[in-house]
Parts: sequence; structure tokens; C-alpha cells
Amino acid sequence: MADEALFLLLHNEMVSGVYKSAEQGEVVSAAKALEENGRCITKLENMGFRVGQGLIERFTKDTARFKDELDIMKFICKDFWTTVFKKQIDNLRTNHQGIYVLQDNKFRLLTQMSAGKQYLEHASKYLAFTCGLIRGGLSNLGIKSIVTAEVSSMPAYPDTGLHPKTPRSQPELKPRVRCSTNCATQVLR
Amino acid sequence: MGTMLRLRHNKDLFVLTYGALVAQLCKDYEKDEDVNKYLDKMGYGIGTRLVEDFLARSCVRRCHSYSEITDIIAQVAFKMYLGITPSVTCNNSSRTEFSLILDKNPLVEFVEELPAGRSSLCYCNLLCGIIRGALEMVHLAADVTFLQDRLKGDRVTEIGITFLRKLDEKKYRRKK
Repeated sequence: MADEALFLLLHNEMVSGVYKSAEQGEVVSAAKALEENGRCITKLENMGFRVGQGLIERFTKDTARFKDELDIMKFICKDFWTTVFKKQIDNLRTNHQGIYVLQDNKFRLLTQMSAGKQYLEHASKYLAFTCGLIRGGLSNLGIKSIVTAEVSSMPAYPDTGLHPKTPRSQPELKPRVRCSTNCATQVLR
Repeated sequence: MGTMLRLRHNKDLFVLTYGALVAQLCKDYEKDEDVNKYLDKMGYGIGTRLVEDFLARSCVRRCHSYSEITDIIAQVAFKMYLGITPSVTCNNSSRTEFSLILDKNPLVEFVEELPAGRSSLCYCNLLCGIIRGALEMVHLAADVTFLQDRLKGDRVTEIGITFLRKLDEKKYRRKK
């Protein structure tokens, strides 16, 4: 569909634009670079959040009320994902205690990139917007969440972990962990 | 019915994303002209790649004049990507300056008015960049700007395309 091409190109330009503007200043140390990277990811995530809020409003205008959290997650996996990415989520897992893992085996925003591990570290830049999209959509449906994404290998096997905020601590959530083969992005807020 | 809804929603994704982008740029840049320039540059980057997608999807024939090209932009490209067909007028006798008159503009569907203090913001400047970038990929240099903008109070939205170099039939090649 022609619309998709336009969005994909816009998204790619947005990602490179955000990082290019960040490069304007002098990058003095690895720590500073990490900080800049975090800021860029946050920017992209926030834009996605806005869009997700708006989208879910339009999608659910005429739909029936959702029964429960799982119902909402299924909606995200089926209708929402299909409308945005032309396919459903391939796999949804949950521990029924507030953690959901959505798996997309052919993530559209990454399929145009070459397969191979060397681009893994850049994959997080292309996931930030989508994480925000989901978080924004859930937010407007009354669910507060933290959304992180992981790519295990290119072109695309991202896992999106959704964790509605609960007072219980979530041992799976490890902020700022970066593994060599996995790219885990913790959304910085 | 379900598919139609989905098609409409798909354009929403692009329109809403574009809106979020402009909002972010307004936060990052104080001056309207900086935002406009950024949007134009971004559009240029998109246009250079979009033209390949366009040529692959459409069956446009070889063009022999600027007015043919402008017609294709309005009737094929705009229709394909934005679902609208702006009307085309020619503004000079040497047929190098044209205008696209947009009666409807899906990009501004959710925009009521320009934000306060942003009166010179060319909200849709991305479009100008896209057209410019796409034309350059087929070896045509052009200036593309907004001549009128409904968001600024004008009656219509008008995009002006000025072809800068004379089209030499023999030299013109369509980008593969």
C-alpha cells in the first residue's frame, strides 16, 4: 500500500534527523554519547506516544468496551497491529500478572535493513517510536505501562515487553542492560 | 467495511506522525524558518527515495514537457500517496512555472490552526521537499514553495513549482 511507503520513509528520516541534530554538539566522552543516545530515544518514544494516543482514539471510537486488560492486549495484537503494520502480532505471552510479551517475527520497520548482527545496535533507534506508539495507545485505554523492545536478530524478531505499572517489583525489568547479542532498550523517562 | 476503515486509519498514522514531528520541531527550533527549512530538507530526503517507489508502482510514460510532469505529480503521485488530486495551473508563458492548488489537504486534517507565535510556519513544507527531491532524482531541478496556505488564512493552499533548467529531450532519462 502506497501509504505505508510514505510512513516508512518518514519514520526513517525522523530517526536519522533526531540523531543528526544530536551530533551537532561535540561528543566528548562515551558517557556523553550514551546520554545523547538516551535523549534521542526518548524524543522518538515521546513522538510515538502522542501518535499512539491519537490513533487509539480514532480506532476505538466505535468499538465495544473492553472486558479486561487481556482483551485490550489482544486488541493491540490484532486490530491495532494490523492497521499500523499490516500484520498481526505473531505471538502473545503473559504471566497474567501484568507482563505481556508481544512477538513480531517480521517487524515492518526493520525489514528494509540488512540482516546481520552489525546493525543490531542501531535497531533500538527504530524501535523507540513503536514503543511509544504502544505506550500511548495503552495510556488512552487507561493502562499505564512501560514498553521495552528487544531485537534478537535482524531483519526482525523483536520482542516487546509490556509491563503495566504495578506496585510489585518486576525482576525481569533490568534497566539499562545491554548485552552483546541482544539489544535491549530501556525507555528512559 | 473493515478494510476501508483500515485504509483510512493508515493515512491517520502518517498524518498523526507528521503532526507529532512538527510539534517536536516547534519545541526544538524557535524560528519558523528553521522549522520550515528542516521540514524541506527532510522532505527532500524522502522524495529522493519515494520516487523509486512511485516509478515502481505507476506506469508513467516518458514525459516530454514540464506540464506533463506536473500533471503526473498532481494526478498520479498525489492521488497515490495522499488520496487527493490537486488542480494544476500554468503561471507563465514559457511553461516553466506551475501551481498545484490543493482544495483538500489530508496532512492538516487534525490541525485547527497554527500554534500561537508560529504565523510563518509552513506546516506542510515536507511536501515541497518531497517534490523537489523526487524531481532531482529524475534530473530536473526545481524550486518548490508554498505560494498560498489555508492555515495562514489564504483561500486555498497553493504549491508553486518552478522548473529551473530547460528540459532537453535527448538528455532526459527516467530514473530506473
